[in-house]
Amino acid sequence: MEPKFAKGGKLEKWNPVFESFSTLAFTPAEVTKKGAHIRDGVDLKRTMMTVIIALVPCLLFGIYNTGHWEMVAQYGNRDLPFWDHQWDKIWEGLKVVLPLVVVSYGVGLTIEFIFGIIKGHSLHEGFLVSGLLIPLIMPADVPLWMVGVATAFAVIIGKEIFGGTGMNILNVALTARAFLFFGYPTSMSGDKVWMNTLGDRLANGAENLDGFSGATALGDLATFMTDQATVAGQVITDKAAVMTAYTNNYSLMDSIIGNIPGSIGETSMIACLIGALVLIATGVGSFRIMASFFAGGYIMGILLNALGGNAYLDLPAHFHLAIGGFAFGAVFMATDPVTAAQTATGKIIYGLLGGMIAIMIRVLNPAYPEGVMLAILFMNVMAPIIDHYVVQANIKRRLKRLKTA
Amino acid sequence: MSKTVKLRKGLDIRLLGVANKIKTVAALPETIAIKPTDFHGMVPKMVAKEGDHVRMGDVIFHDKYNEKIKYASPASGTVQSVVRGAKRKIMAVVIKLDAEQNFEGGTPIDVSSMSGDQVKEKLLASGLWPFIKQRPIDIVANPDNEPKAIFISAFDSSPLAPDYDYVLHGRSKEFQAGLDALTKLTSGKVHVTLNDNAPADETFTGAQGVEINKIRGKHPAGNVGTQIHHFDPINKGEFVWVVNAQDVAIIGRYFLTGVYNLKRKIAITGSELKDPHYVDTIIGANVSVILDGQITTDNVRIISGNVLTGEKIENDGYLGFYDNQITVIPEGDELKFVMTKGWMSPGLDKFSNNRLLLSAWFGGNKRYRMDTNTNGEERAFVITGELEKVFPFDILPMQLTKAAITDDIDGMENLGIYEVAPEDFALCEYVCTSKINIQDKIRQGLDLIHKECM
Repeated sequence: MEPKFAKGGKLEKWNPVFESFSTLAFTPAEVTKKGAHIRDGVDLKRTMMTVIIALVPCLLFGIYNTGHWEMVAQYGNRDLPFWDHQWDKIWEGLKVVLPLVVVSYGVGLTIEFIFGIIKGHSLHEGFLVSGLLIPLIMPADVPLWMVGVATAFAVIIGKEIFGGTGMNILNVALTARAFLFFGYPTSMSGDKVWMNTLGDRLANGAENLDGFSGATALGDLATFMTDQATVAGQVITDKAAVMTAYTNNYSLMDSIIGNIPGSIGETSMIACLIGALVLIATGVGSFRIMASFFAGGYIMGILLNALGGNAYLDLPAHFHLAIGGFAFGAVFMATDPVTAAQTATGKIIYGLLGGMIAIMIRVLNPAYPEGVMLAILFMNVMAPIIDHYVVQANIKRRLKRLKTA
Repeated sequence: MSKTVKLRKGLDIRLLGVANKIKTVAALPETIAIKPTDFHGMVPKMVAKEGDHVRMGDVIFHDKYNEKIKYASPASGTVQSVVRGAKRKIMAVVIKLDAEQNFEGGTPIDVSSMSGDQVKEKLLASGLWPFIKQRPIDIVANPDNEPKAIFISAFDSSPLAPDYDYVLHGRSKEFQAGLDALTKLTSGKVHVTLNDNAPADETFTGAQGVEINKIRGKHPAGNVGTQIHHFDPINKGEFVWVVNAQDVAIIGRYFLTGVYNLKRKIAITGSELKDPHYVDTIIGANVSVILDGQITTDNVRIISGNVLTGEKIENDGYLGFYDNQITVIPEGDELKFVMTKGWMSPGLDKFSNNRLLLSAWFGGNKRYRMDTNTNGEERAFVITGELEKVFPFDILPMQLTKAAITDDIDGMENLGIYEVAPEDFALCEYVCTSKINIQDKIRQGLDLIHKECM
């Protein structure tokens, strides 16, 4: 079969596609020609596969959790026990998550192959991870066509026009999310996006939905800015009472386990931390970035606590690390080696600032309930500048040595 | 003042086939060759012609742009052929040896009474000069430069490297004579750097008139570039000369006996050898004599030098001018199925600096049979921080490599190109997930710097 795809063969143009699939099945017989005669046993495919393995806990939990909230919405019962009806929930979750994954991979890989054929190179592995990250940071009820459009935008504008895997400035998955966030804001956050059937039921005058907003923890938190919450139809304004109302809905433990509404993969801190363990143990993810990102978020939380003022500012700092996409962002998004800072010192600064900005946006800017995505994208842009100063410091050390010599 | 440096970064690649400390003497080969390609950037101007009879030490060719630097025949014989490659570039000069060889009968040369210039003249005239290499650029030293120091590494830390303590054991006189000659060449110090991981042979510990430092750590601790960086780093405009430890003894032997004698003890190593051991042979020897009956499998790669920096040679190829070992490893030119040997395999049979393969977790201190497969395809740089783990310099390896790839002269100068040689990047190249030929990129960068800035 191979000669047909080789140079001069009938299907020469399709060689990149052929090569992509054949290298998936077999590591090529390519041997070293220059330099070192032996090479490390690890290649980019292996690295990317490890990230996917690290994402599996988030994916599985995401499927279950999505199924749970689907059922909650169907029954209109917020107090549905989380661990009941497991098989139904897994089925419901699969019905939501699987199409998202298929659309994301389908659209992304098609575009990658088209670019591969144009440029004459086989599929570069970056999208294997991005393709799974994209569904995991989508709200469960996002229409499939939006995911397709966002993926296409992210792959073309976010990556391929810069030259493909390894050349992009912005994290591809976050670019997809940002595209939807600004392009279709009503589908990305707010009260109605997490459970699709809920909106219909409310419209049909469903009963027994008191105290049930359908928003995420962050969505609810954002309304704290006005220092009020609605509990059982009554508006409360007392700060302490607001806090209690909030923690009734989302206890710290719930946020850590993740049985709360939110984007598919992001809710469970435990799943994220399992992923972090895999990434750190294998050395694929940067421990420096993860640790400093968490540290940055925590420091910012404490600073805001010290500032005080309303219930959101007073929210204990450790809550911030558990809710929303913070842990997911720190573990899987900020550590993207292509878009993060590349120097060791740079990584620490990058993570620290990223974590701080994430919490700052989250708390201080009511328009954006979640700040992690914007913070990481912002730091992606800033990373080369951070690296620049780290490199300059290295250069200065060398020049200084020349002067003293 | 002697110093000890401890390195935290680096990597010892655990390969099968360490040479046993058993020495055999190889018969002199029928042919030997001097390969101009061993001397990077040198353009040879032939002196001897095909069919000429040359004696040991007679000039075969000299550097076209610096006629003082001569390259001599390691033995007496007839110039059999001048092998040319693309664009008629001379690849090797093959000499068919006479049946009778005489390595005796010179008159000793007294170094102590000679001036630096006289020593230099002697080395240049004898054809021993090419043993002295210079940093920066990593080429044969230009005799018109004044080196600020001369560095000699007393050990080789590269994979399966010969043990210099064994190779030079009992040759302290020759080694010392070589050091005496080298100290005349610089107003600065001659540094001999010992391995702090293990006790060194008295050949090294007893060296006189030199600065003895110690370094502890994994490869590339034994690379002279690493040692220069930690003991006396090179700034722009400075030169450091380096000589391999065994070559110091060869220089010393010349001054002690007056004979141009390029006999050398090398290690034959690698997983595909029946019995890896040490062999007494001569520089430029045809390796077929040495490897006769040793290779156990069919599809192998024979490397003159070590697996990281050596050069691929044929079954009847020739030992390189600077090489102290021959390595034989399996070729990896076969498809590897994804689940058993490819990228999804558990990886217990592969060595890796990463912890992505099970071998890193359960392999212990096992040694591996590694082949020449690239284990993946070339990609753009994606993973960061992996090169730094094996690069014990205060230099940013990825940034410097990128500057070299983009021909950014200012960038390279600022990032420390003057301190490095391609061999210092060999481990970076080995660990690179994106399979980029980093040594080649650095070499191109150095060539550009050589052309534009020196």
